[in-house]
Amino acid sequence: MQPNKLTQVLTSLRLTVVCLALGLVLVFLGTLAQVNEGLYAAQNRWFRTFFIWWGPQGAQWTIPVFPGGYLVGTVLVVNLVLAHLNRFQLTWKKLGIHVTHVGIILLLLGQLATDLLSRETQMSFAEGESRNYSSSSLNSELVFVTDSENPNEEEVVAIPQVLLASRHELKHEKLPFTIHVRHYYPNSDVRQRAPMIETNPPPASAGIGPKVTLLPLRETKKTDERNLPSVVFELMGPQGSMGTWLGHAKLDDQVVAAHNRTWRLALRFERQYHPFSVQLLKTTHEVYRGTANPAINEPGIPKNFQSRVRIENAQRRESREVDIYMNNPLRYEGLTFYQYQMGRDELDRNRGTSVLQVVRNPSWLTPYVGCVLVGGGLLIQFMMHLVGFIKKRRIA
Amino acid sequence: MKKWLPGIIVGVFALWNLSALRLPRDKEGAWAVQEFGKLPVVANGRFQPVDSLARNSLAQIREKQTANLEPWKKWNESPRIISATEWLMGVTMSPKQADEQPVFRIDHPEVRSLLRLPEADPQKHQDGKHYSWTQIWPAHEELEKQGDRISQIEPAHRTPFEQAVMKLQSRLFLYMRLKNTMFPENWEDIPKELAAYLKSIEPGVAAFRAQDAEKDYDRKAYDEFAAYVTRFEAMSRMMTPLLVPPHHPERSRDEWMRTGEALIEIIHGHKLHDAVNTYAGMANAFRQGRVVDFNKAVGDYRAALALNFVPELTKAKREHFFNHLETFYKSLVLYVLAFLLACASWFNLSDWLRRAAGGLIILAFVVHTAGLSFRMFLEGRPPVTNLYSSAIFIGWGAVVLGMILERFYRDGIGSVVASSVGFITLIIAHNLSLGGDTMEMMRAVLDTNFWLATHVVVITLGYSSTFVAGFLAIIYLLRGVFTRTLSEAIGKALARMVYGIICFATLFSFVGTVLGGIWADQSWGRFWGWDPKENGALIIVLWNALILHARWGGMVKERGLMNLAVVGNIVTSWSWFGVNMLGIGLHSYGFTDAAFRWLMLFIGSQLLLIALGLSPQHLWLSFRERAASGAASARPTGGPGKAAPATT
Repeated sequence: MQPNKLTQVLTSLRLTVVCLALGLVLVFLGTLAQVNEGLYAAQNRWFRTFFIWWGPQGAQWTIPVFPGGYLVGTVLVVNLVLAHLNRFQLTWKKLGIHVTHVGIILLLLGQLATDLLSRETQMSFAEGESRNYSSSSLNSELVFVTDSENPNEEEVVAIPQVLLASRHELKHEKLPFTIHVRHYYPNSDVRQRAPMIETNPPPASAGIGPKVTLLPLRETKKTDERNLPSVVFELMGPQGSMGTWLGHAKLDDQVVAAHNRTWRLALRFERQYHPFSVQLLKTTHEVYRGTANPAINEPGIPKNFQSRVRIENAQRRESREVDIYMNNPLRYEGLTFYQYQMGRDELDRNRGTSVLQVVRNPSWLTPYVGCVLVGGGLLIQFMMHLVGFIKKRRIA
Repeated sequence: MKKWLPGIIVGVFALWNLSALRLPRDKEGAWAVQEFGKLPVVANGRFQPVDSLARNSLAQIREKQTANLEPWKKWNESPRIISATEWLMGVTMSPKQADEQPVFRIDHPEVRSLLRLPEADPQKHQDGKHYSWTQIWPAHEELEKQGDRISQIEPAHRTPFEQAVMKLQSRLFLYMRLKNTMFPENWEDIPKELAAYLKSIEPGVAAFRAQDAEKDYDRKAYDEFAAYVTRFEAMSRMMTPLLVPPHHPERSRDEWMRTGEALIEIIHGHKLHDAVNTYAGMANAFRQGRVVDFNKAVGDYRAALALNFVPELTKAKREHFFNHLETFYKSLVLYVLAFLLACASWFNLSDWLRRAAGGLIILAFVVHTAGLSFRMFLEGRPPVTNLYSSAIFIGWGAVVLGMILERFYRDGIGSVVASSVGFITLIIAHNLSLGGDTMEMMRAVLDTNFWLATHVVVITLGYSSTFVAGFLAIIYLLRGVFTRTLSEAIGKALARMVYGIICFATLFSFVGTVLGGIWADQSWGRFWGWDPKENGALIIVLWNALILHARWGGMVKERGLMNLAVVGNIVTSWSWFGVNMLGIGLHSYGFTDAAFRWLMLFIGSQLLLIALGLSPQHLWLSFRERAASGAASARPTGGPGKAAPATT
């Protein structure tokens, strides 16, 4: 294709219309797909991708069958930018259109930045507890923790879940043993073992392994449930096997000794540590009068969820209390804390628990600016049309 | 005469509406139904008049806000019809009698045969659709068995029969709850039972203590007392409405109680609540047919409430009046009339019909607006708080746009669009209201007037304008294909209207969608989460943007624009209703199974219209007309201002 011809295509309104149509079909199909694939998986398969891949069931190969969200978005941005560069005229008549399109570019880029840069974690605690970290709700890691030379610090070796799922043998220079993954389950539950009834072998031989039963579950796709993976692995030291071990988010830390050192091991959700701590002081969970009834499991119509927390920041010598509730998040240190879930402590029903969603999104401001630009741009443009139209009718 | 006719028509209907402003009063010597209907209760988490409780309950059970006690009679045989409050008075105060009334609507034939219900037979006083509690109850075990099985199935996967079973079950449960709202349904003589309970407390408590301490205890006193308490607890477990006002309104106005709770608290040293006593007197008088005593008890109770509960009384009174006005029903009737008149104006080309239609629409709009504002005032909320009110507001927005178009073009097109969208959305709202309370309290995440007033209002206006563009396009297609009235001038005018409306639809839907994203950012921590409802809104934006760009690029002309605008109807209806039916996501607040059928019908009809729009021009009557007359003589084409009914 000649460069001229290419520019013509890339700047054409026809391409815009094609992109909009593809985008529409994509959004529609991606929404329907959520019913079977779940929100998160459908997002990755349809929107956060350049192509939608498809292959017959059971086959090893897949082919791209439809442009994905990234591709449609990219072409749209390129089309928009080039069209403006190519045909740009600085006239009042076109002001609205320019402003609108700048706003749209900002929104699309802002979303891309969010996709790439934002991190969602959760902070869950009971009243009185304090946290200086938040954890991922999707990804787990196998950690080995040992004391370090500095008494205030610990040495942590963390192995992400992806590696546990894909590799058989894992080594780390800091660990005096190698890890041989025997089984990995993406979703599972553990419960205490009934020694008299259950005759099948326990999931693992060391640590808590012999005392529990592991129940592999199907992966859940619902947004309000989460997968609890588990891993069974054998530790091999220089002297040979150190037993098989079980890691699961519900289990307490287990201790393994090697080379005169003790290591605590656990499979837990990935943690993100913060330079400050948050203490949950009080939870408030109100429902509208007469709508709840614990006797028949009727939760009622929620009126208010509220967590009162204390922020302690030693670096800034800051200590203050603040309320976080629905539609009123706390923005602090580049993070935003949202009220997410609320419940009661399983052991002490009088003690409230709260889960805060913790989001780091450096581009959170772009939609606000984008909205103003596009809204303002469209308004200017259409008002000019309208005024012109009315004037013309007056004359006629 | 024709000059005055529009004014006269509008005047007559204005009088009809004004007549409703007279406050409803009870007749001398008749049951004080209106007064009873104005009493405040707490149900569904909010204060409401008994009248609202009655109407919403009856709407759920019978799909109507009135009870026809003789449904086997034809309408001209004047069957006995009672108001919702009158029906509720029977259910709460004289359940035995109410059990005989055929108020349960059962449409599914297999449910009827499951319960062995009689077929229609006017001789035996059966209409084959409405049944009484006494008719249904003998088969309740079979129903429960089915219900247990069906409750394991996800709602989206249930067959129509299974849905009907679950619906009937919830209706029966609601009815049972109402029967036990005031006193236990099995109390034959209320004052006597009440006295017996009060007398049983002291020996009963003593017997309980003794049994607790493993001493000898009075078995009879124990059993009698325990039977009462169990009964009261069962009443509370049924989640009956809260009838009894709090002891200390100065401390908390919210602590209303169920009668069961008020009766149980006597055990803990409270004295019998005056309200319970009054209700007992009321119910007793009602059962024994003593009208004067009943009316006096209602009056006394209102007087007692007037000491400390003025805000609640006022709120209940206002909502009672609002129910009585039935503004949305009245505007619906007016829209239908206006629609007929406006359509007729195109055919016999008379301007008085068009003016009459315009006048009726303005009247309907005034009534519609009054209802909408009254609702906002009662709720203390912006106009759209749920699916029901979104329907009312979409109609309202469309009527505004239609009236503006009519004002500019004076050709009946704006009126037809205003009245048809107004009418259809109010029908939708009516059907949604059968689901129960339409002024329910807002869940915590929605409890923000700022976002309800901005995001929800703007996005709903986006729906309105997209529908208006779509309906304008439908007019173009229908008039073009089936009539000779679509002149070139009218065609051009319609294209201009559609284009202008789509511009605003783009603005509203885009800004509304982004505002929604910002709200989501405030409450869930992400701007965009690909939630089905968000995607639905995005699809509307994309579609409107596509239409605009396709037109700017010259890819579509007049007819293409119309076809695209009709697709806008599909896209919008899917976003409004379809995404809720997926049963997933954070916004899936309005699942209704009957709605699915209607949505499919609507989408099907729009596809047919598009097929019509794509049909070759020589099939269009109007284009044939144009070709014929174009060949005969070169005529001047009128400007849009002169595009009044196809007179060219």
